[in-house]
Amino acid sequence: MGGTEAIILTIITASTPLLLAAIGELVTERSGVLNLGVEGMMVMGAVCGFGAAYTTGSPYLGILAGIAGGMFMAFMFAVMTQTLATNQVATGLALTLLGLGLSGLIGESFVGLPGAKLEQISIPFLSTIPFIGPILFGQDILVYISIALVFATTYVLFKTRVGLIIRSVGDNHNSAHALGYNVIAVRYACILFGGACSGLSGAYLSLAYTPQWIENMTAGRGWIALALVVFSTWLPKRLAIGAYLFGAVWIMGLYVQAQGFGIPSQFLSSLPYLVTIIALVIISGNKTLTRVNTPACIGQTFVPDR
Amino acid sequence: MKKWLGFAAAIALSLAIVPTVIGSASAADKLKVGFIYVGPVGDHGWTYQHDQGRLAVENKFGDQVETTFVEKVAEGPDAERAIERLARKGAKLIFTTSFGYMEPTLKVASRFPDVKFEHATGYKQADNVATYSSRFYEGRYIIGQIAAKMSKTGVAGYIGSFPIPEVVRGINAFMLGAQSVNPDFKLKIVWVNSWFDPGKEADAAKVLIGQGADIISQHTDSTAPLQIAGENGVYAFGQASDMIAFAPKTQLTSIVDDWSSYYITRTQAVIDGTWKSGDTWGGIKDLMVGMAPYTNMPADVKAEAEATTAKIVSGEFHPFQGPITKQDGSVAAKEGETVAIGDMLGMNWYVKGIDDQLPN
Repeated sequence: MGGTEAIILTIITASTPLLLAAIGELVTERSGVLNLGVEGMMVMGAVCGFGAAYTTGSPYLGILAGIAGGMFMAFMFAVMTQTLATNQVATGLALTLLGLGLSGLIGESFVGLPGAKLEQISIPFLSTIPFIGPILFGQDILVYISIALVFATTYVLFKTRVGLIIRSVGDNHNSAHALGYNVIAVRYACILFGGACSGLSGAYLSLAYTPQWIENMTAGRGWIALALVVFSTWLPKRLAIGAYLFGAVWIMGLYVQAQGFGIPSQFLSSLPYLVTIIALVIISGNKTLTRVNTPACIGQTFVPDR
Repeated sequence: MKKWLGFAAAIALSLAIVPTVIGSASAADKLKVGFIYVGPVGDHGWTYQHDQGRLAVENKFGDQVETTFVEKVAEGPDAERAIERLARKGAKLIFTTSFGYMEPTLKVASRFPDVKFEHATGYKQADNVATYSSRFYEGRYIIGQIAAKMSKTGVAGYIGSFPIPEVVRGINAFMLGAQSVNPDFKLKIVWVNSWFDPGKEADAAKVLIGQGADIISQHTDSTAPLQIAGENGVYAFGQASDMIAFAPKTQLTSIVDDWSSYYITRTQAVIDGTWKSGDTWGGIKDLMVGMAPYTNMPADVKAEAEATTAKIVSGEFHPFQGPITKQDGSVAAKEGETVAIGDMLGMNWYVKGIDDQLPN
């Protein structure tokens, strides 16, 4: 494993969980719902994913369980905020706390057990090409899924009727309702999609990134994902750039330290946040475009009056 | 009529109080021991080991004690409430197990003079506040020696949490151990600025391995770096508990925190009424620092590690005995001396041979 290749591979593993969770939250927010419970859904995905993979021995069943875990949390959020019309910010924060506590309870018996690592897919011939092979053709399935999701959500949101409905619900739920769309149902679907992605991201952590279960193992990645969504101005491709930029600066910070250049580690640790924010603010400099892409009804509760 | 009502209410109240008094009287026979943890019990590292100590106390004393713990208590002012609540609930001995609980512990202790407090890794005592810590650097010296023997590239990667004296002391001890075998040994240090972030610790391990380190040592709490080392076939050392399950083929040994003997001794002292404040800094000899079995290494390396362990236990050897030169060329300890205790506790310099600069 050469130096540069190793760094690029590490950057991909560091960026993938951020991208997975953020892309789900992006869709949720596009429908006008602010779910601050990403961290809670992620950590539930991680514990369910690890638990299922450990008990059945199949990482792929683990992935499915991770998705289910995230969706279970998202479903509770949807019932609270959509059916019972609770405050989204408060419910989201509560969801994070619940997720962290509940996952600790579920995962108690999995602590200290090494799990099976999700294997890399190796495509014959292609993955043996030096340098490019392992990077492009030797990743695990979740990395490919995360990339595919970026293109799929871009396509669905901006090129299909379904996407138009989601965006209209997010921009003006009263008009969408007047046109006859079921705002609540659309938002339910988008929240569940967000939960599935967060669960997938959690499963990535406990199956591929560090194949083990430790309480609180998400360590704040859900919050980074949330921030990335806002700074990408709700555009999937920018989100991907942001996630990879964050991962790259994060890993380069560690790399520079190991080189011993004497740059303060505290500064290097804060650099990913700084660089990502600055870069995304610059690329979203067009104010009109930003305003157009911001879901106008985000965080607002919708109660149909008739 | 109103008077009668008041009288009846008073009787009802006093009746209600009686059973509770009896209840607490029987509970008073038991010594209540409380613990405050900084992390989750399930971290399989620092907090996990403290909880093992708590369970050892329960096992040893059975019905004589009742233990309770509060986990994930943030360091700083928040801790004060958690500690005070334990004291109010009747705990007579309270262990606060992280450095950042120092001031909160002292504050609560001044309000509860008949409760005994034990603060881990701190340096301020009071009449009812004792401090305790472990000489983990003894273990770090031994693993440094093993690292230099096992390394082919002569470069080890070291994952640090925060540049505080405890961690710096560990790095220096590791380096001194390595230099005793190979004077040109190199150390690459990465700070992750967290005690516990499995993902980031794993990233640091990957980066270090990518840069030619063929030994990974960590001063962070999760099992992730060891697991990454195992996956890449790189030798590594566990932290806080025996983590062999995460790298069965590459864990060389692990520095194990063992709080059980200390917790049992101190609980016994409170039961006997002989508890006194003080500072305990225990090492391998006191069974507070343990070494997991030496594995995955040739017999001669193992024999030497065991010999060093024995010398440290007998007191014949001290990891920080001179001559030791600091990175800037000044003398830390002359031949025949050991580094002064104040310098040990507040260590803020690297030994000569470490290329990196210590972050401020």
